[in-house]
Amino acid sequence: MSGYKFDNKVVQWVDERLPLFTVLRHSTTDYPTPRNLNYWWNFGSLALAVLVIMILSGIFLAMNYTPHTSMAFNSVERIMRDVNFGWLIRYLHANGASMFFIVVYIHIFRGMYYGSYKAPREVLWWLGLVIYLLMMATGFLGYVLPWGQMSFWGATVITNLFSAFPIVGEHIVTLLWGGFSVDNPTLNRFFSLHYLLPFVIFAVVFLHLVALHQVKSNNPTGIEIKGPQDTIPFHPYYTIKDLFGVGVFMTIYLAFVFFAPNFFGEPDNYIPANPLVTPAHIVPEWYYLPFYAILRSIPDKLMGVLAMFSAIIILFFLPWIDSSKVKSAKFRPIYKQVFWIFFLNALVLGYIGGQPPDDTVVLIGRIATAVYFLFFPFLYLLGKIEKPRALPQSISAAVLKAPAQSTEKA
Amino acid sequence: MRKFLLSTLAAGLLAAATPALAHEGPALEKQEWSWLGVFGQYDKAQLRRGWQVYHDICSNCHSLKLVAYRNLSYLGFSEDEIKDFAAEKQVTDGPNDQGDMFQRPARAADHFVPPFANEQAARVANNGALPPDLSLMAKARKGGPDYVYAILTGFEDTPPAGHVVPDGMYYNKAFNGGNIGMPPPVSDDAVTYTDGTKATKEQIAKDVVSFLNWTAEPELDVRHSLGIKVLGFLVVLTAMLYALKRKIWADVH
Repeated sequence: MSGYKFDNKVVQWVDERLPLFTVLRHSTTDYPTPRNLNYWWNFGSLALAVLVIMILSGIFLAMNYTPHTSMAFNSVERIMRDVNFGWLIRYLHANGASMFFIVVYIHIFRGMYYGSYKAPREVLWWLGLVIYLLMMATGFLGYVLPWGQMSFWGATVITNLFSAFPIVGEHIVTLLWGGFSVDNPTLNRFFSLHYLLPFVIFAVVFLHLVALHQVKSNNPTGIEIKGPQDTIPFHPYYTIKDLFGVGVFMTIYLAFVFFAPNFFGEPDNYIPANPLVTPAHIVPEWYYLPFYAILRSIPDKLMGVLAMFSAIIILFFLPWIDSSKVKSAKFRPIYKQVFWIFFLNALVLGYIGGQPPDDTVVLIGRIATAVYFLFFPFLYLLGKIEKPRALPQSISAAVLKAPAQSTEKA
Repeated sequence: MRKFLLSTLAAGLLAAATPALAHEGPALEKQEWSWLGVFGQYDKAQLRRGWQVYHDICSNCHSLKLVAYRNLSYLGFSEDEIKDFAAEKQVTDGPNDQGDMFQRPARAADHFVPPFANEQAARVANNGALPPDLSLMAKARKGGPDYVYAILTGFEDTPPAGHVVPDGMYYNKAFNGGNIGMPPPVSDDAVTYTDGTKATKEQIAKDVVSFLNWTAEPELDVRHSLGIKVLGFLVVLTAMLYALKRKIWADVH
């Protein structure tokens, strides 16, 4: 790599002093990528694209936003009405948050389906989960900023969860609030943190990519790369494929921005925050709903909070919980079914989390919570008893043997 | 590819259904609005009629704080007409050279002057109820414009048997709980339209709801027309990227 000579003299001059172009070459044209990645592998680069859109639109919003309880709501409306294309910037940002979560959820479920968390990709998986956790925090903080009714009451409910912890709980909540209720200090620190965390996410994304380039991409067969016949260079093959994915994604994303910009929002958030009036039905943003459902399924507050957190924490242990030697669900007939049950169950939890908790809702929520947690011990046992189907010799063998089934499906 | 598209579609529909299903409440009758659909735009004549309704009726109790008089130029009013609308109200300005605050007629740059000085004044004048600001009403309630229309036309003189309406309240079938502090604001010929449109109760309600949708989403016309261009561009670009992808991948297949 260091010996590579660039044709362009300026490029070569710079590269000898700062290996910018060597690094770029190394991670694009030289970077070997499995030749059989399907379209589910588009969502990683897509998530990065959304992160960039979110940071850019957020910077411009911050130029026009005022983090004060008496002005925040109106400053957002000023963005919507008087700032040139302010409505576009804000709707890009608000819908971008939902899109970010959709993309990342697909990315996570893809990793689960194809066993991408297994050795040697455990750290890669962890870093991804850290990004997801940071996203949850950032999304929550950002939702508070417009200072509508749902902002205020969502913030009150979520921050109050921490009071469930014995002894330290109350102190944590006071610290989060910067006082004794959700008020101006809360809004100020939330704004500050909401601006900070995306850059932390960016840093962890960088580490995620470094880890990826160390262990290389997993692929639909779940078999490791055995030689050059299994791979193609990232550029131009996957750059163009990812770009096509970005095109499809932007079309869907912007259809929401231009034609249904409030689809993912709550009407209540267009009512200015009022600490004296509680909305009839407080719901967090849709991307937290599965965990909100788990929280509500447990009658005890502390236990509920612990269950909610452990629902995410348990994912960090997935590489060891899953005892199967085979990665891809393609060759695991039972896991394949179980995966889809887990996926549907997550959707059920999401739906339940958004409903007012009557008896049926609570019952379904409890069953779905049980299914969520039972998935993990079952996965451990399954690895011991499941008989996987015969694996192909290599990625290229799989491609050549059954081209219709296992190659790229374009 | 087909399998991928199908499963994406299925997942997308499920994901889309989740928040949609979370919105419940009494079923609202869907109205025909000129701005619905990707090609939908406001009907400016209707917005002007709606402004007249707001001006003659609603503005006696309801503020519209987020809208400025200058914004009315979008409805097709001339600069002079807007100056006149604004000058109907007085605002406190100052301090002047003497250090005194003074009253002056509102100007085009001012936001709509609220009917009451503060919340307490509004409540005293309205039997304890607070008439909400209407700037964002059309998107601050489930059902949006359909809901506002249902409220305006949902008053009934005789409540269902057994339903008690307290003194100073009115029965409205669209309102949560049935009892609303607002007296029926619209009736046939409550306004006289300058453009000759027949002022039925329904017509008045439709016009003012359209106006309120404009105050809530003044960007809608631009949003829709820009959106069509942007999506058209993206569809072509994406198709070209797909063709390029096929070409680049041809030697791998």
